[in-house]
Amino acid sequence: MSAAFAYALVGVGLFSLGLYALIVHAHLLRKILAINVMGSGVFLVLVALGGRTREAQPDAVPHAMVITGIVVAVSASALALTLMLKLVAETGRAELPTHRRE
Amino acid sequence: MEAITQLQYAFDAPLGLGLLWLAWRTLACQDLFEAVVSFAAFGLLMSLAWVRLDAPDVALAEVAVGVGLTGALLLAALAKLRSSKMNEDAAGQLGKEGSEVGRPQWLPLVVLLSVAAGLGHAVWSLPLYSAGLSPEVALHLETSGVSNPVTAVLLNFRAYDTLLEMVVLLLALLGVWTLGGTARRPEAAPGPVLDTLVRLLVPVLILVAAYLLWVGAHAPGGAFQAGALLGAMGVLMLLAGWRLRTSLMALPLRLTVVAGPGAFVAMAVITLFIEGRLLEYPPQHAGTLILILETVAALSIGATLAALFLGSRPQDLENR
Repeated sequence: MSAAFAYALVGVGLFSLGLYALIVHAHLLRKILAINVMGSGVFLVLVALGGRTREAQPDAVPHAMVITGIVVAVSASALALTLMLKLVAETGRAELPTHRRE
Repeated sequence: MEAITQLQYAFDAPLGLGLLWLAWRTLACQDLFEAVVSFAAFGLLMSLAWVRLDAPDVALAEVAVGVGLTGALLLAALAKLRSSKMNEDAAGQLGKEGSEVGRPQWLPLVVLLSVAAGLGHAVWSLPLYSAGLSPEVALHLETSGVSNPVTAVLLNFRAYDTLLEMVVLLLALLGVWTLGGTARRPEAAPGPVLDTLVRLLVPVLILVAAYLLWVGAHAPGGAFQAGALLGAMGVLMLLAGWRLRTSLMALPLRLTVVAGPGAFVAMAVITLFIEGRLLEYPPQHAGTLILILETVAALSIGATLAALFLGSRPQDLENR
């Protein structure tokens, strides 16, 4: 098994873990963490599969895409965290209203 | 050769398992603070994985952004969450979660396992070797103005993507400002250790950022890594109680934040008139044009990231 596939499978695992946590957790901070883990999984798949060249040099295009993705992910997280804090200020709870079924 | 392969497996296996374990801790542990710290450690392991996969450019970006900035943002948000006193009885719950967490939910688990199996199968059935787009990159690297293929893709071949990314960054900041920013936490005076450390680190960080920016033309580095480092520096300075003069907070900050996307759009319009296509540089000037764009972009990215961490609207800071 080549290292590229091993890391790509770890990426798939991270993506699935994140997606599961995104569905089952109600707390919004946990959901934001879950989306970040999912993103890391996608990045890992992209870069790992870009290493399948026969030359020593891996494919630079996925690397550039992932660098772009990392910066976009942090800005999206910052916006999401602000939205969460606004929701808490408004409702006093860090959960979406649909989760309130008591 | 065999010894080297075995050594690599001895490195890969703990790294891969460690990544999955830390991701699991991040998403499943009871305490949110522990989750955030696990996530920062997860980012550090990710950057090791990038180095292992021969992606030093990505590793640099991950360390500065994924670990430094995201960690700081998450910790700051968690602190604000816990200090919010809107609802006294709910305040205890804000930092924690309900009791239903931890119990596995079978339907999503089954669905997710099949999704994971499908994705895993799709990855597994890909051909063992694939050159991807690397022959095209190698073919045109000569005319790109830089010799680092990642910088060539980011600033030349796919500069259009980078333009849009700068716009995304700006939109995120505008979103935060439009929401009215977040409530400011009562500031604790920094201890002498933090104060001294920041004073020592800031000049070094500026120097390293400038080096990364310059070296990005032919080695790992570039505008994003330099910008992220500047942003991290801004966060450190904010944590140490340093504030931008309010006169600089108004127009200069906004201009710096807009400068990145602005420079890209201006370059796109100029190249449209000269070469007839968006962001297609004349080859003899490509290196210089890329360096100019990268410098403006790095400053702009740094300012935007630090402003995202600060979270307050400029007008609120002016009125203080």
